[in-house]
Amino acid sequence: MQVDIVITLRESILDPKGKASHHALENLGFKDVTAVRIGKFIQLEVDTDDPAKAREIATAACEKLLANTVMENFEIRLPDSTTT
Amino acid sequence: MKFGVIVFPGSNCDHDAYHALKHEHGIDTTFIWHKDTELGNVDGVIIPGGFSYGDYLRSGAIARFSPVMNAVAGFSAKGGPVLGICNGFQILLEAQLLPGTMMANEQLRFTCKFIHLVCQNRNTPFTAEIPADRILSIPVAHGEGNYYADDDLLKKLEDRGQIVLRYCNEKGEFTPASNPNGSTGNIAGICNDKGNVVGMMPHPERAVEENLGSADGRYFFESALAHIASAT
Repeated sequence: MQVDIVITLRESILDPKGKASHHALENLGFKDVTAVRIGKFIQLEVDTDDPAKAREIATAACEKLLANTVMENFEIRLPDSTTT
Repeated sequence: MKFGVIVFPGSNCDHDAYHALKHEHGIDTTFIWHKDTELGNVDGVIIPGGFSYGDYLRSGAIARFSPVMNAVAGFSAKGGPVLGICNGFQILLEAQLLPGTMMANEQLRFTCKFIHLVCQNRNTPFTAEIPADRILSIPVAHGEGNYYADDDLLKKLEDRGQIVLRYCNEKGEFTPASNPNGSTGNIAGICNDKGNVVGMMPHPERAVEENLGSADGRYFFESALAHIASAT
C-alpha cells in the first residue's frame, strides 16, 4: 500500500524558503498569493493492505526519523481516505 | 590521554580535527568509524563537521542512528567530554544529546567566513582555557546553522548557563548584523545541563595557526587537554 507523507514547518516557525518564494511570486505579479509554506513530500510503499496498520507504521516512521516534531508537522495520506 | 574523532560517510572536517588534536596539540588521536559500536579507550570525543549522509532529510537526522551514536550517548551519560562541531552539533541535536533544533540560515545562503564570538560559559571541558573577555575570531561554514529554541527553552538555557558561545561584533556586542545565520539569541554554541557535551557551529579546528587567519581555535583544544589532565 502506498502512503504519502507531507511534512511542513510548524506555523510558529519562520520558513525562510517559503518567505523567499512568496516574495518572488509577488514580484512576478501573483498578488493573490498571500502566503507560501515549503515542506517535503515523502512516499512510502508499505507491505500491508490494512490502512490502519499502514497509518500506524507511517506515523512511527515520522516520529522516529522522517519529521523533526520539534519544528515540523506531518500529515499522512492514504489512498481513498481522509487525511490526519 | 586519547581522543576519538567520529567519521561518518560525508564527514569532511575529520582530518582537520585530527590534525588540530594530534599535530597541533600532541594528543594521541584515533578515527572511529560510524559503524563501530564501541569508542575504545578514549578520554574525549569529537564529532566533526561535514555533510553526514549528504544532509539528506535533515542535517544529522540519519547519522544520529549510526551504531557509534549509542556508544557516544553512553560515554556522555558517564560525563565523558563530547564536542560536536558544525554538522557534529547538528547530529547532537538530532540525537537529543543537546536541546533545540537547527534550521536553514535565515538568508538562505551557505555562509563561510570568519565571525566573532564570546564565550559565556567556561565551565565546560572545551572552554575553560578561553581568556575572560576575549573576543574570539573563528570561521563558520554552514547552510543550516540557524539554531532555534522556543521561549521556554531559551529561558532554561539562559538560567542554567547552557549558552556557551554567542556571535558578536568586534566590540563584543550582540548585534543582528553580527549573527551569520539568524540563530535565536545570537547563539553559536550550547552545552547540555551537565556541561560535558558541547555543540558549536564555528570551526575551532580551522583556526589553530596564525597563518590560517587565527589561532583562537586552540583554546578549545587546550581546554580539553587541561580538563582531561586534571581528571586523570
